[in-house]
Amino acid sequence: MSEHAKLAVSVGPEDHARGSSQAPLTLVEFGDYQCPYCAEANPIVEALLKTFGSEVRFVFRNFPLVDVHQHAQAAAEIAEAAGLQGKFWEMHDVLFEKQDDLRDDSLLGYAKDIGLDTVQVHRDLASGRPRERVEADFEGAIRSGANGTPTFFVNGARYDGSWQLDTFESYIAKALKR
Amino acid sequence: MVLDIGAQAPDFTLTDHEGSKVTLSQIKEPVVMIFYPADWSPVCSDELSVFSAAQRLFEARGAQLLGVSVDGKWCHQAFHSQRNLAFPLLADFEPKGAVARSFGVYREDDGMTERALFVIGATKRVRWRQVFPIGENPGADEALREVEALS
Repeated sequence: MSEHAKLAVSVGPEDHARGSSQAPLTLVEFGDYQCPYCAEANPIVEALLKTFGSEVRFVFRNFPLVDVHQHAQAAAEIAEAAGLQGKFWEMHDVLFEKQDDLRDDSLLGYAKDIGLDTVQVHRDLASGRPRERVEADFEGAIRSGANGTPTFFVNGARYDGSWQLDTFESYIAKALKR
Repeated sequence: MVLDIGAQAPDFTLTDHEGSKVTLSQIKEPVVMIFYPADWSPVCSDELSVFSAAQRLFEARGAQLLGVSVDGKWCHQAFHSQRNLAFPLLADFEPKGAVARSFGVYREDDGMTERALFVIGATKRVRWRQVFPIGENPGADEALREVEALS
């Protein structure tokens, strides 16, 4: 069988995940905080998690397309910096909500708003750790055949269908029945 | 017929989005040729943005990316600049689709090129190639793997 468009890096403890690791279905998103479609997809993912509860685990990985989205890299790095303080998902949601303003100063403002230690944020960003993580996610995305933003993988296989709620929900419901 | 694996890639000279001439045989490195149906179409835009973002991974492995469609230089220029692409777009414009025909990926019925990827080794032999359904955005995973397999 072809290895084309299969998740190249398995989901592990390092991943940012919502939901139980025992869930029968894992949904991985490769996303970009400056991509309008990813912002649109965020509440849809939220709704899916609500519908399927413990049956679905959601993992987010960075796929910043920096040639078209000039703030995407910095936004991804600050989300990772927030992750180092245990607040990845808070920052993740704020970034999508505030997508229209992802300038560096604003990003630091959001960090303060969600209660991060901003001195530590500076230190972590300067250490290069968030950048390395984003780069590793990016390469994993390319190796998996991620083909745009967002790209979803359902149990390791690229999902090429529509991610609008109705379609995505019935696809997942079907996948869970198997 | 799509040019087969192992075949010598037919040489060509095409004008890129900046008006420079690009000749395959003058490129020393391996080349990934990205044939796509049309500038501005939604699937192509995503496909090329992904390859553009991945360009540094290909470059680190010594390979060069080239996008090819039947659009002309001016169209390529506007599209290239709007998407801020990291590799050249070649205009297979006059005679229309001649290079696509020589690679066996010209669509007679609608006058566009197929969505196809070719990995061409340093000696300009086809090392891998794949034609994708026109609506399917392939991603860069296989091309990257094939480039890595060259060395």
